[in-house]
Amino acid sequence: MSELSVEHLLGIKYLTPEDINLIFVTADNFKEVINRPIKKVPSLRDITIANLFFENSTRTRLSFELAEKRLSADIVNFSASSSSVSKGETLVDTVNNILAMKVDMVVMRHPNPGAGVFLAKKVTAKIINAGDGAHEHPTQALLDAYSIREKLGEVSGKKVVIVGDILHSRVALSNIFCLQKLGAEVMVCGPTTLLPKYINSLGVKVEHNLEKALAWCDVANMLRIQLERQEIKYFPSIREYTLQYGLTMELLKKQNKPIVIMHPGPINRGVEISSEIADSDSSIILNQVENGVAIRMAVLYLLASKIKR
Amino acid sequence: MKPRVLLNSIQLNLTLRRLCYQLIENHNNFENSIIMGIQPRGVMLSRRLVKILHEQYNIQDIQHGELDITFYRDDFRRRIEPLQVSKTKIDFLIENKNVILVDDVLYTGRTTRAALDSLLDYGRPTSVEFLVLIDRRFSRHLPIQADYVGKTVDSIESERVNVMWKESDKKDQVLLDVLRENDE
Repeated sequence: MSELSVEHLLGIKYLTPEDINLIFVTADNFKEVINRPIKKVPSLRDITIANLFFENSTRTRLSFELAEKRLSADIVNFSASSSSVSKGETLVDTVNNILAMKVDMVVMRHPNPGAGVFLAKKVTAKIINAGDGAHEHPTQALLDAYSIREKLGEVSGKKVVIVGDILHSRVALSNIFCLQKLGAEVMVCGPTTLLPKYINSLGVKVEHNLEKALAWCDVANMLRIQLERQEIKYFPSIREYTLQYGLTMELLKKQNKPIVIMHPGPINRGVEISSEIADSDSSIILNQVENGVAIRMAVLYLLASKIKR
Repeated sequence: MKPRVLLNSIQLNLTLRRLCYQLIENHNNFENSIIMGIQPRGVMLSRRLVKILHEQYNIQDIQHGELDITFYRDDFRRRIEPLQVSKTKIDFLIENKNVILVDDVLYTGRTTRAALDSLLDYGRPTSVEFLVLIDRRFSRHLPIQADYVGKTVDSIESERVNVMWKESDKKDQVLLDVLRENDE
């Protein structure tokens, strides 16, 4: 198989396990490319990509931009704060205006769940979802699973616990879909208030005690407490959260086994993860960032190969 | 129609030996030279050449790389079949070396163009030469010629040169297949 089964990357739930493996194999090649002295290939030199960020982002946007540049694509950037969105333009109008300038692909982050799916029905360009509300963040899940595969050899059969704010996290949902499709076992761990009500329908284990979760897992993915999304109080205080769910070296050492520590960033040091762990050998946080570029190159390349001229 | 045999096993091995002699003539003990097979099919040929040079002519430690050119192709998105990516394996520097690019068939020259672009992204070699087993002459789209040629053949567009190796295809031979009209 050498072609994706989908026309857009809207979410992991639309992908088959074969698609995910194809993306991984392609990313292997791009990882070699980005470690060369000249980190650039000419594959997408006739493709124009618009990065539409209706919500703030630093690393995802930077990662996508680098991936696009290393494939030689032309890019235009757009952020909602400095645009006519604030003048009341609708999403479809904004995008159609950009597409009228002959753009082939759109990378979009949007605060509303399903924004990508909606757009894919309305416009002709290839859409890549770079995060839609609390719904999905497919490239993050792909790079997380890819980093696990790189570190542990394979994803299938591995036990992965996702710790923290599952309720507000698109990373968690995409990760659950992705890991399950690749045959891993998934557990979520966090205070009841930060787990969604539908969590049982996802086929994951639920645990409220971090120590027990660590005893079970091979990999711990520590999510960020989304301080900007705490419009109501989900836990008494940050300090209380840290005491219960913050990962420390002490806690890790109690487990007499290696545990791979991941974090999608940005890290709140000393909240969900201690500095000591973030900088330790167990942590693959910076590998995740490196792999992010390779994975995004693979996704862009594979979707672009479906644009026929 | 039955495929025509261009080279049988004995002829193919004679040709490979001759190519090796020609390489030795120009590159001596390969001290400053690199053999670079183009993925996927050129790699089979380059491996075989390295093996013959090592086993029959006792040349040790030849630097041997494998170059994937998928991301440099000019027919990306113009083909019906999607492209399959192969591995690039170059664990040495090509700076100031004499590189011998190796492919099985030279037809339009487009693969060679892509290989040159790809190769130059790894550094600046002193020289680049090109070795092919089969040269389909009079069919070039680009001004590219090989420095070492196993056999030159005249062929038309509806024919296809099929180089087979005993490692992967059970038998050493080179065939000229006639494609059926709807094949391509």
